[in-house]
Amino acid sequence: MSAPPKFDDLTPVLEGRGATGLEARGRVLRCGLAREAVAGGAADLLARRLELDLMLATDRRADRGVFAIHYLFGDPVADRFVELAVDVPPADARFPSIATISYPASRYEREIRDQLGLTPVGHPDPRPLVRHGFWPEDYHPLRKDAPPPGAWVDDGRPFPFRRVEGDGLYEIPVGPVHAGIIEPGHFRFSADGETIIDMKARLYFTHKGTEKLFEGRRPGDGVELAERIAGDTSVGHPLAYCQAIEALADIEPPPRALHARVILLELERLYNHVTDFGAIVNDTGFAVAQAHAARIREILMRTNARLTGHRLMRGMLRPGGLQRDLEGASALPAAIDRLRADFDELVAICLDNSMLVDRLRGAGRLTRRTALDHGAVGYVARASGIDRDVRRDHPFAAYGGLTFRVPVLETGDVEARAMIRVEEVRESAGLIAQAVEALPGGDFACPLPPLPPGQSAFGLVEGWRGGIIHWVLAGADDRLDRVKIKDPSFVNWRPLTFALLKNIVPDFPLCNKSFNLSYSGNDL
Amino acid sequence: MIGAGGGATGLGAILVEVLQGLLALLLAPGIVGLVRFIKARLQGRRGAPPWQPYRELAKLFGKEMVVSRNASWIFGVAPYVVFASTLAVALLVPMLAAPLPIDRAGDLIVVVYLLLLGTFAIGLAGLDPGSAFGGMGSSRALTIAALAEPTIALAVFALAVPAGSTNLGRIVARAIEDPGGALSPGHLMALAALFIVMLAEAGRLPVDNPATHLELTMIHEAMILEYSGRSLALLEWAAFLKFFVFLSLLANLGLPWGVALNPGASAVLVAAAILIVKVALLAAAVAVLETRLAKLRLFRVPELLSVSFLLALLAITSSFLVE
Repeated sequence: MSAPPKFDDLTPVLEGRGATGLEARGRVLRCGLAREAVAGGAADLLARRLELDLMLATDRRADRGVFAIHYLFGDPVADRFVELAVDVPPADARFPSIATISYPASRYEREIRDQLGLTPVGHPDPRPLVRHGFWPEDYHPLRKDAPPPGAWVDDGRPFPFRRVEGDGLYEIPVGPVHAGIIEPGHFRFSADGETIIDMKARLYFTHKGTEKLFEGRRPGDGVELAERIAGDTSVGHPLAYCQAIEALADIEPPPRALHARVILLELERLYNHVTDFGAIVNDTGFAVAQAHAARIREILMRTNARLTGHRLMRGMLRPGGLQRDLEGASALPAAIDRLRADFDELVAICLDNSMLVDRLRGAGRLTRRTALDHGAVGYVARASGIDRDVRRDHPFAAYGGLTFRVPVLETGDVEARAMIRVEEVRESAGLIAQAVEALPGGDFACPLPPLPPGQSAFGLVEGWRGGIIHWVLAGADDRLDRVKIKDPSFVNWRPLTFALLKNIVPDFPLCNKSFNLSYSGNDL
Repeated sequence: MIGAGGGATGLGAILVEVLQGLLALLLAPGIVGLVRFIKARLQGRRGAPPWQPYRELAKLFGKEMVVSRNASWIFGVAPYVVFASTLAVALLVPMLAAPLPIDRAGDLIVVVYLLLLGTFAIGLAGLDPGSAFGGMGSSRALTIAALAEPTIALAVFALAVPAGSTNLGRIVARAIEDPGGALSPGHLMALAALFIVMLAEAGRLPVDNPATHLELTMIHEAMILEYSGRSLALLEWAAFLKFFVFLSLLANLGLPWGVALNPGASAVLVAAAILIVKVALLAAAVAVLETRLAKLRLFRVPELLSVSFLLALLAITSSFLVE
């Protein structure tokens, strides 16, 4: 493990803003700021190239008499984080907005407004974001005293879509119910003939109250819930959750568990990337490639089932290590290598097809600038020239001791997003081989002590779709008080809108598939 | 109309005509089922059996219709217009015997306009209920039709020049009498042009993907998205029939042997058997082609259709030069 990062450059800046309780623990610098100082403090950190990774609010009226807003900044070039906390008194439930200097903040602030009823002062966008369309405006589900949702019905008010008007322009409303079996989402296109000039995705039809369901659970009982946040990320999410709990309890799982976690996470990346590649080429009408991608995926899923007893590898992780030992992993590298070779052959066949490549190349281009502004993560960011990967930048599990390449492409089009996945499949196969070889014996879990009440911590994981964050606040009696989840989809949905501009309507499914974002993981 | 008539007359000819219509109606769903079946097998899937489309039609005919409140009478009438015009084309295209008395009722110009009538009706029907997808599909389908239909006329004209008649029956009869002409460059180019147009007209890859569930990429499927029950069955059947008619036209213009020159019972039965084999082989070729192709970006479709138009133009020039 590397030496703890230094915060010498940031401490004076935050002290200058009147920081209280400034404390560096491990790779995280924490402090409190006054409401008036937070916009300036955030601006200082952004000016020093830190990025806003997460923003959330908690209802702490019960123990501290206030709402608290937390800002988590990450340093893209060093393994260090800064967490600012701001108290908001219930009598004056407002906080200064930093939406105009950070686009991701504008999304988080709208989320906080919807869920906790705190008003970001100076926010340019008054529309709700995550609030379910049927809910009354004054219902804030994450307030501790919020009653269970009632039998509300649609009040019939139309959603305030932006109208694009002019000669020959028309709107195409699609969804939320689609012809295929996919998650619900409404897309409103404004098109000039076939050319898309604006698209608004209205999501949030799948509210399940996941974050609320975490509240009051025991730390060990959070795993099964975390496994169900996004059906295709049943390792990434619980892993981020476990890491947050472990950081909070200040324990380190035994090395065997850390290596097993690498294997599980990479297996999840493998089957998802193979599926996605097949789905992307299928949208060009090249169904034969999809059939073979589905075949390889099925073998991967059965491999998962043999290894863990579950095709999606549920029931493996727990805070402190694993729920059960990973057995029979020694045969894994050879099996994975055969599948990788099979997949490489499939990719070669697809890339030989000039009609197919013509569809992928240049479609849905996302510029580096736009991706950076939106805080895009995962393959979406890496296909647009942003060299970020949590596994390398903020090593977790056993990644610090393994070697792998982070593929980065510059073009930002559908082809780039497909090829990033292809490259990552190769890297994942290598990582699995290394982790299996280095898999130490010994315990696969360590005991979890009670969580310190009122303390918070976070876990960060590079899931197959991108960076996942779970932020956990411990309550009294070893129960969870608040769990905030960031799925990569939350920051990657909006860039899709920009990638679509000037593309043609029939290319939307292809662009959308190359992003392949989660509706459910986005709406918790 | 140039040089119509001749050949078979009387009751036998009418029987042949009825037989041809029935054959086309009954075989068309099976041919589409066969294409789907072969494609599934080529993709390594088991696939539905080739007779699945018959079950689908039976199911749809048994279902209740749901019609949008915004739809006018056009929406109700269009499926019948589409079905009737396609069936009329099926009767005018020489499948079993050539030439036939009904040839007098219409030559290839009538065939082209009947096809266009069907396209026009389904295009209107797509617009009628006012749904976004229907309008999108209609706009795309009519754009493609505007590029494809002239090519059909031009390509068949190229074949008509050596026959000295725009009558499809005469063209086929002439090709049987003069097999050497079938290998002339004009003839081959005309067939190639027709094949490309067939893919576009029948909504096959690389122009349209008949298997897609993605509303935004659809062309033919988008226009009929609002239909259900009997109307949908008629439209589906008409689409199957159109594909079958195009395949038989290609088969009989390209390889005319087997078409009966006199409507005797045995000759017609042999002709029917040979037609089925020829069409099935062509359908298999389409299935193989579709497995190897990806769908073109929509704005590349005009390029493909320009190629077919150019081929047809070269074919007709060549036909005149050879004359």
